Amino acid sequence: MTRSVCLMVMLGCGLLLGSSLAHGQNSRLVATGGGSMIEGGSGGGIVPWATVAGYSSEGEWGGAAFITRVDSGDYRLDSRGLALGWGNRLELSVTDQRFELPTLASALALPTDRFRQRVIGAKLRLYGDLVYDDWPQISLGVQHKKQRDFLVPSLVGAKDDSDIDWYLAASRLWLGGAAGRNLLTNLTVRSTRANQTGLLGFGGDRKSSRSVVAEASVAVLLNRHWAVGAEYRQKPDNLGFAHEDDWRDVFVAWFPNKTVSVVAAWADLGSIATLQGQEAWYVSIQLSR
Amino acid sequence: MFRSSLAGRFAMRGAAAVVLALLLSACVAQPPKNDSLYRDLGGEAGVSAFVEEAIVRWVDNPRIAHLFADKDLINLHTQLVSQICFESGGPCEYSGRTMEEAHRDMNIDEGQFNALVEDLIDAMEAKQVPIGAQNRLLAQLAPMRHQIMHQ
Repeated sequence: MTRSVCLMVMLGCGLLLGSSLAHGQNSRLVATGGGSMIEGGSGGGIVPWATVAGYSSEGEWGGAAFITRVDSGDYRLDSRGLALGWGNRLELSVTDQRFELPTLASALALPTDRFRQRVIGAKLRLYGDLVYDDWPQISLGVQHKKQRDFLVPSLVGAKDDSDIDWYLAASRLWLGGAAGRNLLTNLTVRSTRANQTGLLGFGGDRKSSRSVVAEASVAVLLNRHWAVGAEYRQKPDNLGFAHEDDWRDVFVAWFPNKTVSVVAAWADLGSIATLQGQEAWYVSIQLSR
Repeated sequence: MFRSSLAGRFAMRGAAAVVLALLLSACVAQPPKNDSLYRDLGGEAGVSAFVEEAIVRWVDNPRIAHLFADKDLINLHTQLVSQICFESGGPCEYSGRTMEEAHRDMNIDEGQFNALVEDLIDAMEAKQVPIGAQNRLLAQLAPMRHQIMHQ
């Protein structure tokens, strides 16, 4: 894990250096790269959007590096990743997640207190534009997820340690859409077998086949540097030993410039692996080019 | 049952949003019926100030400076002020060239167009145009993008 952290930091610095050597930033407007979602790639915190990471336009390369922590007290998720965007058309991302469960690990004397997952993502903008023309931006995304500490999930009914999520996202920035403020809306539909986004494996004793779930984000850009929003993410419910709830969050995002953004959120994650009422704070820092 | 009705509700809202986008984009090309946006932009003095600031930034921007290399910037200022006045519901007639004619043979690509818009936004920020007026003006101008790019 330390090696992947070093890699992320180096690549992040590379992005920053690249942006300072070039004449200023890539051309897309501030905040149009979105944030980084916990599985990597451009989006809100818990929902992938149709946006392509970074600020690239036709013929340009861009991208983003991020580090995120979500902490409910009983659980902690650290997620860090890198995304490359090309021509505002194609996005590739790799993300490493580390999920710690100190409460359960000690209460149940589990053999391990952390589950890791790697997510490799690709997203293709199919049609439309976030801001201009008639159609919202519509993108097709795929996430290959591999859960790397599968012993405990297998013992509670998970069927597989890796699988692929597919999603279709439609995003639109409505200029002046909310009392003169710009309004961003996103709707994502996902096909998945992941338990708790894959951290507890894929498929289960209750349900092993794919579920189609809906996810949505809404954000108001208060001015050029601040946004507030909310998200909702439906979840499948595959494991018999513990019920899985939909997720929701409210967030504040700060974009002091086109390079750095910081997001803070409060998330209601429901029941996770039998522990009820999981409410978590969320902090994410993103560097973009 | 709860799960499928929630997905259904989201899908319906998504579909409604798409339909609304299509309707709005068809409507927003027309200039507004009253001059409230023009007044919020600062009237003639306000528009003149941020257009001048935008031109200064464009000429200074290495991405797009070449587009203004042998242009009459005074005339450009006059034309832009008049056009923005018209587009924001002000008391002006715009009698300049069409967008396509004005940008012919410049071959403005997406990156250059974004740079033009970004500098315009920075100019409005610098002249303290209220954020709501900025966004409403951008919403009014946005449908012209395909008339400006790739001519």
